[in-house]
Amino acid sequence: MQKKDYTVTENRLIAADTYRLVLSGEGPVEGEFVHLEIPGYFLRRPFSVCETSQDGLTLLYKTVGEGTRALANLPVGTTLSVVSGLGKGFSADACRENALLVAGGLGAAPLYLLAKELKAQGKHITAILGFNKADELVLQKEFEALCDQVAITTLDGSVGIKGFVTDALKSLQPEYDYFYTCGPMVMMKAVCDMLSGPGEASLEERMGCGAGFCYGCSIQTTNGPRRVCHDGPVFKKEEILW
Amino acid sequence: MVKDLSVQLGGLRLKNPVIPASGTFGFGLELAGDMDLNVLGGISLKGSTREARYGNPVPRIADCTGGMINSVGLQNPGMDVLVNEKVPALRKIYNGAIIANISGFSVEEYRENCAKADACEGIDLIEVNVSCPNVHGGGLAFGTSAQAAAQVTAAVKEVCPNKPVFIKLSPNVTDIVEIARACEDAGADGLTLINTFLGMRFDIARRKPVLANTMGGFSGPAIFPIALRMVYQVAHACHIPVMGCGGVSSARDVVEMMMAGATAVQVGAQNLRNPFACPEIVSELPSVMEELHIDSLKDIIACI
Repeated sequence: MQKKDYTVTENRLIAADTYRLVLSGEGPVEGEFVHLEIPGYFLRRPFSVCETSQDGLTLLYKTVGEGTRALANLPVGTTLSVVSGLGKGFSADACRENALLVAGGLGAAPLYLLAKELKAQGKHITAILGFNKADELVLQKEFEALCDQVAITTLDGSVGIKGFVTDALKSLQPEYDYFYTCGPMVMMKAVCDMLSGPGEASLEERMGCGAGFCYGCSIQTTNGPRRVCHDGPVFKKEEILW
Repeated sequence: MVKDLSVQLGGLRLKNPVIPASGTFGFGLELAGDMDLNVLGGISLKGSTREARYGNPVPRIADCTGGMINSVGLQNPGMDVLVNEKVPALRKIYNGAIIANISGFSVEEYRENCAKADACEGIDLIEVNVSCPNVHGGGLAFGTSAQAAAQVTAAVKEVCPNKPVFIKLSPNVTDIVEIARACEDAGADGLTLINTFLGMRFDIARRKPVLANTMGGFSGPAIFPIALRMVYQVAHACHIPVMGCGGVSSARDVVEMMMAGATAVQVGAQNLRNPFACPEIVSELPSVMEELHIDSLKDIIACI
């Protein structure tokens, strides 16, 4: 775990209520997520890392509450305190050859970080990205550059396959030996229930410290209590008690 | 001039008065890889009960202006794991004061748990939590009545011949001085105050409380003035040492709390906002002392 200041170099609306935040500073960040101090708010807010660079990182976030709305108002040049090196991410090594990535909404962001790693390992990737409507679509081109196959679903059919990601799974029957999913809980549960093969899901919970010592985000799993921030956020599907 | 940060607490010498508060620093072990724990005067470990507890359902934490509310609900692996695994592991890597924070659901359980802590070699001080607001029938029930707090104090003192016993008090009372005096009269070696204030937050879009447990304990910088006032009142009314706790987030707050009468100072919610808060405060203390012409922190205790 590290705490460092980074500078906002981009903070821009890229889709409906969805922002791209680029932070630069001293060196790249490690870990599955970062904990950002938002000026005026006491607790930090956790965000999945979407991309890392030589001097920083890129996050995607949605304005869902007061904290993220305040974040959206921060101008380029703002200094932000970032705690990084947090969380246990997806295990790219668990996939032998064919990876299946299933995202709901901004669940696509951490799966993009994973897709880069899988690609670097020479694995074949199928990605299914689900959104409510076309105006929420993010990262399509980025995934297409890395994946053998990318399918988009929207609930209203405004782009791609009409329906849920599970509808796309049914119609496409993608070949995979390991799957990875991130998105709303109901969507991940449906994905884990439908896919018989091994896989893992990235959970989300309100966090306190983000580093495993306040026990504010402990959930019950088949292996007993686990801290989402430290033992996760990624858990094997059989560990999760939905 | 070299600044003297050391204090004497319940017969122990602490290298400095800065102690992460129970529940905001795990068992210390969780942070061992991230910082040098040995800069800390003491560590108050996560509250322990006889049996292992999962605690309350999530969400357990909500943000507030000037702090947060939590309802973790005493998640802990139980007394036996505390004394047989957690404390020995911490003792191996940490040379400051190890404070066991003990909860219970009955006077008998407090006694049994404290006896185990007293017999555990690695523990230096026992902090009895009669003030947890997040567990029904546990803790707070004993901390809101002078008679019950005195009863717990007397019962645990009987079984703790080796270690100083501090009672951690709740601010959710009409007169904290009355309860502090009752604990002193019952034989407490010291007092920790304050625990959190019972509070709530709502999700106004969903029309539901944010916390699964509905209510939780409010802590953070917003409560500092109230904590300071209570420490001042209790320290001036009692003759036993006080560990001041509540909203402390800087070296200046530590000095202020000590001036109110605290012999040692616990840092709680700030650790969640900044996991490095305690070591940062310790490193800032000498320059704050220099600026305020303080040579030894012992000299400012209850100076106001």
